[in-house]
Amino acid sequence: MYSKTIKAISDDLADKKYSSAELTTELLNKAKQHNETLNGFIRITEEQALSAAKKADENRAKGISTPLTGVPIAHKDLFCTQGIATTSASKMLESFIPPYDATVVTRLSEAGVVSIGKTNMDEFAMGSSNESSHFGPVRNPWDTERVPGGSSGGSAAVVAARLVPAATATDTGGSIRQPAALTGTTGLKPTYGRISRWGMIAFASSLDQAGPIATSAEDCAMLLNAMAGFDDKDSTSVKRPAEDFTASLSSSLKGTTIGLPKQYFPENLDPKVASLVQSAIREYEKMGCKLKEIDLPTTQHAIPAYYIIAPSECSANLARMDGVRFGHRCENPENLDDLFTRSRAEGFGDEVKRRIFTGTYALSAGFYDAYYVKAQKVRRLIKNDFARAFEEVDVIMGPAAPSVAFKLGEKGADPLAMYLEDYFTIAINLAGLPGMSIPAGFSDGLPVGLQIIGNHFDESTLLNFAHQYQSVSDWHTKTPEGFEG
Amino acid sequence: MQWEAVIGLEIHTQLSTKSKIFSGSSTAFGAEPNVQASIVDLGLPGTLPVFNKEALRMAVKFGLAIDAEIGKHSVFDRKNYFYPDLPKGYQITQLHHPIVKQGHVDIRLDDGQVRRIGVTRAHLEEDAGKSLHEDFHGMSGIDLNRAGTPLLEIVSEPDLRSSKEAAAYFKKIHSIVTYLGICDGNLSQGSMRCDCNVSIRPVGTKELGTRTELKNINSFRFVEKAIDAEIDRQIDILESGGSITQETRLYDADKNETRSMRSKEVANDYRYFPDPDLLPVEIDDAYIQDVRDTLPELPDEKIVRLVQEQGLSEYDASVLAQTKEMADFFEETAKSCGDYKLAANWTMGELSAALNKHELNISQSPISSEQLGLLVTRIKDNTISGKIAKQVFQSLWDKEGDTVDAIIENKGLKQVTDTGAIEAIVDEVLAASSEQVANYQSAPEDKRKKMIGFFVGQVMKASKGKANPGQVNAILAKKLG
Repeated sequence: MYSKTIKAISDDLADKKYSSAELTTELLNKAKQHNETLNGFIRITEEQALSAAKKADENRAKGISTPLTGVPIAHKDLFCTQGIATTSASKMLESFIPPYDATVVTRLSEAGVVSIGKTNMDEFAMGSSNESSHFGPVRNPWDTERVPGGSSGGSAAVVAARLVPAATATDTGGSIRQPAALTGTTGLKPTYGRISRWGMIAFASSLDQAGPIATSAEDCAMLLNAMAGFDDKDSTSVKRPAEDFTASLSSSLKGTTIGLPKQYFPENLDPKVASLVQSAIREYEKMGCKLKEIDLPTTQHAIPAYYIIAPSECSANLARMDGVRFGHRCENPENLDDLFTRSRAEGFGDEVKRRIFTGTYALSAGFYDAYYVKAQKVRRLIKNDFARAFEEVDVIMGPAAPSVAFKLGEKGADPLAMYLEDYFTIAINLAGLPGMSIPAGFSDGLPVGLQIIGNHFDESTLLNFAHQYQSVSDWHTKTPEGFEG
Repeated sequence: MQWEAVIGLEIHTQLSTKSKIFSGSSTAFGAEPNVQASIVDLGLPGTLPVFNKEALRMAVKFGLAIDAEIGKHSVFDRKNYFYPDLPKGYQITQLHHPIVKQGHVDIRLDDGQVRRIGVTRAHLEEDAGKSLHEDFHGMSGIDLNRAGTPLLEIVSEPDLRSSKEAAAYFKKIHSIVTYLGICDGNLSQGSMRCDCNVSIRPVGTKELGTRTELKNINSFRFVEKAIDAEIDRQIDILESGGSITQETRLYDADKNETRSMRSKEVANDYRYFPDPDLLPVEIDDAYIQDVRDTLPELPDEKIVRLVQEQGLSEYDASVLAQTKEMADFFEETAKSCGDYKLAANWTMGELSAALNKHELNISQSPISSEQLGLLVTRIKDNTISGKIAKQVFQSLWDKEGDTVDAIIENKGLKQVTDTGAIEAIVDEVLAASSEQVANYQSAPEDKRKKMIGFFVGQVMKASKGKANPGQVNAILAKKLG
């Protein structure tokens, strides 16, 4: 039963082929067995998982169920879970036990899912390789010498290894799509505002968005059904009528138009990545889609703008980590300044410090207009680019990541090289659009992802495109060697 | 040299919303430390602010009351600095796009002159918590009950020229916010705190001197004294050839002096930027009109009405209208007796004197407006004289009876208006004072007026003050011929 999709598990549970308790027990055992190698979980919550599974079985028996009742998943360790440590993979929050659940956690629990643990990630979601975690790097199940991408590397790795059929994740600049691409999983970053950020430990508030990583578009749609919706605890969540995201998965794509930005197929793109993405796009052509080259002239400015805006926001978001009320506090502070500076110096890792410095600098008097204000103007231009494009096309396609999974340590010494990992994904966050990465094949045994970008709140179209490709391909069903059984 | 002070005030006004500005916690004063601090107020990771719309309404009310432009698009910013009682490491405030823009208030000076003072802006922000430095064995305690309490920071133009004007302005703002019901006005509990920016310059010059900021003053009297002390200090420095340092100073009421708190030269860079957790606040004309429709009568309007419609003097009207409690008490009294002038006399006379004597404010008055109104009514309907009324007032104050009528009844203070009864007393008095009667009757007309007072006094005394003085006068005049 390991390698099944949520859809299949849901049907099996309904048909009483096995119970959630049995499934959860097996997955817990598999997770424990493989976590030493992969390090995808910061914490496996066996006791809570078994009790939730038992409850799910009881509810199913009583006829109280949703399609997700009894389905095991995992939560990225920046979603607050009441009574269970939530660390954001930082020493700073190593001992932080939230007294409340994130809305994403609440909604999925109410839908009956069973969480078997908290997944590893880059510290405070800052990174593209999952090497900045205080709890050690996550390894890619396709090649354990390689990274799974980041920041949701743990969620992507445990799904790729079929330790759980799906996991929650977040995407601020590509943190769902890039690891999904590098691990051969299906990841959806919804429109900004689609899913509540309440209880999600913030990195950059105007960019952060939760979403699922699973093994199919259909599973992502099922999860999105439970996760999405207005929340009066998050002022930036958007009030919209409820939607069933599984409803139009099977709609025909005949006559639709796919936009191909010339900027997303640069000359220096890894040729194997380029060719796999091109073949996936040809499949869409066969389904009757029209292709149209489009121009997104501001693409090259997305990374610089992002690396002003995101660090600026994070420099303030992380200020609450001061050693006063929760989190890491240094030993024997001499005075107030010592308490603040030493607690933070000890609690944060290098990448987090780098971004706090960058953001603090960008917001400083005398620099604010030149950096923050200008970056916001660029952001507006990027939004305009996409708005123009979506007047002519239904979705936009391109690679999700510039290359396949790289080796651990390969880019560690060069933060700028690491930042370029998000070249294709970052603009989508700046524009607040929904985006997906779906498996499009393998390059020397390593997965390559196709990115599909949709218009605001048009996740249904996005999922429809993704599902149609998965109906004619089987890349998403491939399981890395050693994790099949 | 003659010096002129240039003063501007920043008044932090706690809005009397039931819950905090960005969380659902109660704002009630005086709870045990930290029991009114929710996970949002504590700044726990993952928590988010949600704007309390009641605070918006209150801010707009204030803006309309000072004839200000309302910011239809206002934006919350983060003001970044580290302090243990600032849970998030930033304060949510409004920098570039405040909810209330330029407006003005009029203040009345002692000489009756009215001056218009500009209000630059008023913006919404959250209060911080409190650091407690005692009883923690060398450490500090943090109480976050106050963290997240809504504040309206009201910033004046540097239009004030003396400590008296500053105090009058502070009082006027206090009066407006309490009339509006957007602040409880309780200065001793910190519901209004004032920062004073003070500089001096030679009279007749335009250029501004270096200013200092006096922090956190929470009484009208201290605003006056602190500014005076600071002006004196600055004059001393400049006249002895020194220069003023731009800095923040604290007023020490015991020593009546200001002392340096921190220098602005090492000023924090607060790195303001728009808070991405909160959407800009957009309001339209319909909303503003809706708020306008709920505005109560404001102090200036009340003064005009009391003068024009009720015939009170400007002075009386402005004293009575100054605080909402006083105004409400007075108007209830006036409505109860139907005589604004008499109600004004009694409120400003007997009642205010007694309150001052006992150091009470009007809301603590042992005599209700209803009973004071009734007292006036009993004077008007001739049940008692004005003189007896003072006796009744004292008895009411001393709780010798619950109502005016009960006291009059129990003490037998009812005025005698029966002409026959008064005539009998007059006859008795005249019979016993034949000498004075003779003197009176032989005196010239112009002296008589004075002399009749003796007989009135005797009659009043004989009637224990209860005889109607008008009737006594008339009967005496007739009988004495």
